[in-house]
Amino acid sequence: MEHLISLFIKAVFVENMALAFFLGMCTFLALSKKVETAIGLGIAVVIVLAVTVPVNNLLYQNLLADGALEWAGLPNVDLSFLGLLSYIGVIAAIVQILEMTLDKYMPALYNALGVFLPLITVNCAIMGASLFMVERDYNFSESLVYGVGAGIGWALAIAALAGIREKLKYSDVPAGLRGLGITFITVGLMSLGFMSFSGVQL
Amino acid sequence: MSDVKKVLFGPILSNNPIALQILGICSALAVTSSLSVSLVMSIALTLVCAFSNFFIAIIRNHIPSSIRIIVQMIIIASLVIVVDQVLKAFAFEISKQLSVFVGLIITNCIVMGRAEAYAMKNGPGMSFLDGIGNGLGYSAMLLIVGFFRELLGAGKLFGVPVLETVQNGGWYQPNGLMLLPPSAFFVIGLVIWALRAYKKEQVEEPEFKIAKNSRSQEAL
Repeated sequence: MEHLISLFIKAVFVENMALAFFLGMCTFLALSKKVETAIGLGIAVVIVLAVTVPVNNLLYQNLLADGALEWAGLPNVDLSFLGLLSYIGVIAAIVQILEMTLDKYMPALYNALGVFLPLITVNCAIMGASLFMVERDYNFSESLVYGVGAGIGWALAIAALAGIREKLKYSDVPAGLRGLGITFITVGLMSLGFMSFSGVQL
Repeated sequence: MSDVKKVLFGPILSNNPIALQILGICSALAVTSSLSVSLVMSIALTLVCAFSNFFIAIIRNHIPSSIRIIVQMIIIASLVIVVDQVLKAFAFEISKQLSVFVGLIITNCIVMGRAEAYAMKNGPGMSFLDGIGNGLGYSAMLLIVGFFRELLGAGKLFGVPVLETVQNGGWYQPNGLMLLPPSAFFVIGLVIWALRAYKKEQVEEPEFKIAKNSRSQEAL
């Protein structure tokens, strides 16, 4: 249990998806102008990560890993090169299913997330979390905790950036830096701040 | 002919994918700590982008629009698997350094974005050129950032010492910050500033103007 808690803390702060690994940057920069949209997108990312990482973990452990097809009488088959294709397929499918389920049973949440759900398929944070899960050999419960933690870390980062940008729009920025340029530098300073977690051993 | 030129070289300065379209930023930050890694990444991305545009343009009239994203994904993912396997076979060291970022070309928004915005509407030849052009725009940015980070951070270019560092008895005190990921943000931010100082039309409009100093004047 202790191990899982420290994994969670590590995924949220020390290995923050956005500010330590720079994943999901495109949406991170493009959609962080308002705190409200940022929080909506953050929640959507948490949900999708919490579902896709464990599912991809099952897929990898039972079908793709070296020797995983032993139950089907094929002990020498190694399908891990198909990983990339399968993970993205799973992610696209789950996002689609999630969209339809939300539309049917939770229309309020669906309307709140609406636009962001389809965008999430191409968010590198989702794919990145699945790839890290494979690279670090997590088991099922670890991958569930890692998925939720990575999502919360990303949501935290985008909400913080949106807060800063809402204040920043009242300031007098040099013409060429306006908009994207100053955002880059702000994110650089934020990630310098998050580097203070990097010495923490859990 | 001018069309070809515009499609091929437009994305480098006037419509740069990273500096203006906000596409494909994740990998630009993470792989630029040395120049040789950024070069490999740029080549990989340019090839994937060009060929995915090409194949998607060929079948663009046969893809039902409701499942087009998945079809594009499958084409892109297959190309990335080829690149990944080639890198593992011929440049294992570099593929270790790139770690998950080769796989993340799949979700690199440049590839998806160009497939969606250009290849779905244009013929295969022009789409191929558009892919190469955007790949070049991305590569230009990556190489600039990689150049500064490796030069200032380690005093080397492509692993060859250029500025002799203090540790080796030279004069240059390397700036360790440039090897850390946040420095990529600063370099890209400054490159954007330089680019927009040169191309004024890319400057964004401020949402709020600061009013002229309106303190009451002293009576004369």
